Amino acid sequence: MGEVSNEKKKELFTLLLKTRRLEEKLIELMTTGEVAGWFHSNLGQEAVGVGVTAYLEPEDYINNTHRGRAIIIGKRVPLKRFMAEALGRKNGPCEGISGEMHYFDLKYGILGQSGTLGGQIPVAVGVALACQYRKSDQVVICIFGDGTVDEGNFHESLNIASLWKLPIVFVVENNGWAQFTPQKATASQVDIWRKAEGYNMLGKVVDGTDILEVYEVAREAIARARKGDGPTLIECKVRRWEGHYIGDPQKYRDPKDIEEARRVDPLSKFQKRLMDEKILTLESMNELDESVKREIEEAIQFAKSSPVASREQAFQNVYV
Amino acid sequence: MKEITYVKAINEALREELARDDSVIVMGEDVGISGGSFNATKGLFEAFGSKRIIDTPISESAIAGIAVGAAISGLRPVAEIMFMDFTALAMDSIVNSAAKMRYMSAGQCKAPVVFRTLGGGGVSAGPGHSQSLESWFCHVPGLKVVYPSTPYDVKGLLKSSIRDDNPIIFIEHKFLRAKGEIPEEEYTLPLGQADVKREGSDVTVVTWGQLFFKVATSAEKLAREGINIEIIDLRTLIPLDMKTIESSVKKTGKLVIAHEAVKISGFGAEIAASVVEHLFDYLDAPIRRIGAAFTPIPWGTVVENAVLPQEADIISAVKDIVRSRQAKN
Ligand SMILES: Cc1ncc(C[n+]2csc(CCOP(=O)(O)OP(=O)(O)O)c2C)c(N)n1
Ligand SMILES: [Mg+2]
Repeated sequence: MGEVSNEKKKELFTLLLKTRRLEEKLIELMTTGEVAGWFHSNLGQEAVGVGVTAYLEPEDYINNTHRGRAIIIGKRVPLKRFMAEALGRKNGPCEGISGEMHYFDLKYGILGQSGTLGGQIPVAVGVALACQYRKSDQVVICIFGDGTVDEGNFHESLNIASLWKLPIVFVVENNGWAQFTPQKATASQVDIWRKAEGYNMLGKVVDGTDILEVYEVAREAIARARKGDGPTLIECKVRRWEGHYIGDPQKYRDPKDIEEARRVDPLSKFQKRLMDEKILTLESMNELDESVKREIEEAIQFAKSSPVASREQAFQNVYV
Repeated sequence: MKEITYVKAINEALREELARDDSVIVMGEDVGISGGSFNATKGLFEAFGSKRIIDTPISESAIAGIAVGAAISGLRPVAEIMFMDFTALAMDSIVNSAAKMRYMSAGQCKAPVVFRTLGGGGVSAGPGHSQSLESWFCHVPGLKVVYPSTPYDVKGLLKSSIRDDNPIIFIEHKFLRAKGEIPEEEYTLPLGQADVKREGSDVTVVTWGQLFFKVATSAEKLAREGINIEIIDLRTLIPLDMKTIESSVKKTGKLVIAHEAVKISGFGAEIAASVVEHLFDYLDAPIRRIGAAFTPIPWGTVVENAVLPQEADIISAVKDIVRSRQAKN
């Protein structure tokens, strides 16, 4: 673990901070109606998406999820590009057709998000199959939540990925909830990493709120996958700060659980650590925060000055 | 020309496309070492190896989804779903992934995947191996749906489907031993083009897939009674060749649509509605639709025949509207 350079730590922190500030901003835009649809916040869970993508090469792949901004930031998508899509603008990668939730950006290796949970798992495995077939040296990360583990696609896909030794890493963001139902009410095995054994696969569990832990485990798994040693299943235990979506009154949830969840903050935890290690100072931290906020503002301005997806676009790309 | 069976024609199409383009792969249950459940992939494993002819577990959803993932990454997978009934298990991958990849990415990628699947009844295969579910797929924007009847059509259309850049449901029927002539040399057939299999002036009969054979024998019997039907074999349902249907209906003024799928909400309803919308003034008689009864497909021959459309149903529908025309005159 000591191997992570100060430079890298600082970079990870910047990505984590950017994800947090972006999320806060998106929630604001959601509340004012500028971002359409449902919004599933990743507050409290950001270290997973950032940690697992940070070691990927630009040409590697990862699928998006409905809480996927950490992935998008981790994959180094320019904020302007993302924001244009989130605000439904023509110069987003999906030209405003898909928005933030279904964000699809192949230039940055981001496979879209299937609206049907679990649908993205075999698709990601298929991308890994093509990488193996072409001996391209690329790796795929397939990421999803604990609830999605209960889909049949999880079983079918992990079996095949392991059997064929595909260059893929499965990452489960276990926040203990699937929409309004706690994991303990739906899962016969809450320790998801244990399922790996059933697929003759390596299983790992990490504290998903500790970005360095996530980063380290992902690094090993990615290296294994790239070498041709097959997939790993990584379970990242996290806490969900918000409801399932922004505006969810969470009547099904004990307020104490919410309070406890919010006490576990991957960002301030990492910040404290970097300050202790003298990698960050209060001053450099504030500077960074200001510049991140500025970048987000600029991205919003850029998006707002861009043309909205037009009616004609609705009829394009149904067929080649 | 040479005579060949339907299943051999499929095999030849696969073999030729695999040889032509190394991005083509074949995957599915038993497609590899065993040569396929019905010999469609016979010899391919030996010729092209395990990297390209891939035996999969019994995992239809993953087979279809993996094919989609490979397709958006530059391969051209031909994924076999052994029986059409089993596409129910692959529906999410087909409907929510394959069909939407290009649209949702605003053209960043394409999904050139062919889902080959065996449809139709008539062989006592029972309710889980006999259905004709093409209308499920015709309802999904982004998919093309192909259902050829003859060896000539199946070979030419499968080759074109593999080369097409869109996801395609390619339905094969159970008369795998049906014989027909095909050219010795290589050929392809365009998708979206119906074939007038028999010219006639009295009634237009639109059909496709397996039921074509019953329509063809019905035509012979009707001809002996002085009724000449024009048979349009659609071959491709989506995109639908309305032009060929329209020019025939303008000529005959009478339309029968015959398919093996359940009549209620069958694709015939779509065609009938389109013809009424656009060609009402040309119609001399009500449109007649023929399709299976609204029941599951039973196993025993007597009961299965009771449910699936038969030659007698086709003949009587044609005679019916010929008669109603005479009455009207
Ligand atoms: C196939 C399918 N079933 C149900 C839903 C509705 N749904 C959306 S998110 C969600 C909860 C998913 O839980 P999990 O996988 O743990 O992810 P989390 O939201 O906790 O990040 C549900 C049930 C869906 N989108 N797709
Ligand atoms: Mg969850």
